[in-house]
Amino acid sequence: MKLLTHNMLTSHVKGVIKGYPLLIKATEVKVNEVEFNPQFVSRMIPKLEWSALVQAAEELGQRQDLPSDLVPDYETNEEFLKKVHRVLLEVEVVEGCLQCPESGREFPISRGIPNMLLNEDEV
Amino acid sequence: MAATNSRSCLQYLIHLAHDHLDFRLPEIKALLSLRGKPFTPSENFKEKCPFWCLEGLSEEDVCSVMARSVCAKSAFELWGHGQTHSELRTSLLNYPMENMTPFMRKDSTYRINVYTFNKTLEFADRIKRIDALDYLPFEGTVSLKSPQHVFCLLEDYGTDPNNIPEHPDYIYFGRWIADGQRELIRSHSVKNRHFIGNTSMEAGLSFIMTNHAKVKENDLVFDPFVGTGSLLVACSQFGAYVCGTDIDYNTIHGKGRSSRKNQKWRGVDENIRANLRQYGTEKMYLDVMVSDASKPVWRRTAVFDAIITDPPYGIRESTRRTGSNKDMTKPCDGDYAESHVPVSQEYHLSDIFSDLLNFSAHHLVMGGRLVYWLPVYRPEYCEEMVPLHPCLRLISNCEQTLSSHTSRRLITMEKVKEPEELDSLAHLSDPRFSPYQGHNAFREKYFSGLNKKCAKEDNKSNVNGE
Repeated sequence: MKLLTHNMLTSHVKGVIKGYPLLIKATEVKVNEVEFNPQFVSRMIPKLEWSALVQAAEELGQRQDLPSDLVPDYETNEEFLKKVHRVLLEVEVVEGCLQCPESGREFPISRGIPNMLLNEDEV
Repeated sequence: MAATNSRSCLQYLIHLAHDHLDFRLPEIKALLSLRGKPFTPSENFKEKCPFWCLEGLSEEDVCSVMARSVCAKSAFELWGHGQTHSELRTSLLNYPMENMTPFMRKDSTYRINVYTFNKTLEFADRIKRIDALDYLPFEGTVSLKSPQHVFCLLEDYGTDPNNIPEHPDYIYFGRWIADGQRELIRSHSVKNRHFIGNTSMEAGLSFIMTNHAKVKENDLVFDPFVGTGSLLVACSQFGAYVCGTDIDYNTIHGKGRSSRKNQKWRGVDENIRANLRQYGTEKMYLDVMVSDASKPVWRRTAVFDAIITDPPYGIRESTRRTGSNKDMTKPCDGDYAESHVPVSQEYHLSDIFSDLLNFSAHHLVMGGRLVYWLPVYRPEYCEEMVPLHPCLRLISNCEQTLSSHTSRRLITMEKVKEPEELDSLAHLSDPRFSPYQGHNAFREKYFSGLNKKCAKEDNKSNVNGE
């Protein structure tokens, strides 16, 4: 699971009001090199919850020097876009789980794939 | 019909493949609209004809359409046309000389092709056709192997193979500009794909869906019933970043029985990511998840440029969602085991479509498109059965016939407004969803018309299915 995906996910456990962002408990994290595409990263930035991205990167020990606030004029700041690219598309949670911040419900991640299914008694 | 063109308003001729006829016009229109260009056919335009003349375009427009189209075979700058060879001659001689000469210079090389639709010409006849064009001032040298310029004489003998006329109905002559992407149908054939399932979408239709959805470079595309990811393969080919979900754990993880003949179990690394890797587009892979399309896991924000999907109809793949009809009392063990398979229940087709339309209204960007298949029982089909949504405008509706009494329709919709509180309830009073109410309605009708032998065969081919 990449952090771009994580940024878009929310808890859908019944009755939960504040299910965002999901906490990440990772037991295996990988950094895969992905071709840098400044246009795509620039397109995604306005759709992100920036603080959730920084928090997620922090949880995985992959924040490096990603600033806590979005920089202005990021479209032209290649150095910054590369940092965002790295956390959005290169850092991947291979094993671990996602946890709903309110209910504590955990969603396992195995072989990089989150399992978001709820049990029959939770829907 | 004499052509009176000047360089500024050239006509272009598009030669289309003669299959998936219904899907051609929406594809070309969608690709033109990616260039901000309207579809302006010449007079006497016939949709079912394999040759279309278009106006108001530049050569760059045409090239960008051809760089994407799987319905179009080739495109030409139209120099002349007519119902007979003598009309063609008049038309060609009226074509402005200054438009021709740059491609006919002494120091250039060229070749002339002869193409006939619905008739095969002998080699000698083709040579005769070329020789008959000697009134054109070609000054260059013929090069069959690597010409700088290629010209084509195209003869249309109608579309009835049982009644081929002696003389063509219509003749065109033009300068070849570009070929379409028919090659993708072969290169991306599911026959040679690493990871497939029982209902993997064929390559040609996958690319057509991608084009109907106006998927473009740097888009973010989502498939909520991703299966083995055929649609993601096609989208990634055109430069979109892709993600998908499916309720089936085994499919997403590439486990379980193989869909291939002579192979019982899926091998290691049979998954969607490996499919993208096979075609060199792994960099476009975002994620796939095990998730139930009836319980979306995305936060409420417009994020997807396109949603492209082939929902299960309950024929070859079952329609399931999590939940149970039983009164559950026994809670599951505290930890959520990776291996736990939640009880699932029937997912009514009407709910699949209303969920899909509502989800799209909330999660598509403005102007983003939803493209999906709607199964249809033909004797009862009418246009009013296509589900609508206040935030989505119907763009096209193309039929692919499956049997004498069933077909599926490729529905394309475009988001035109942000949803408000009431919009998500709109479908409830909509009679359009009623034909799909009751999960098995379509399924029952689908099988009702089949004789026992067919049904038996279908069951046999379904042995590997879920």
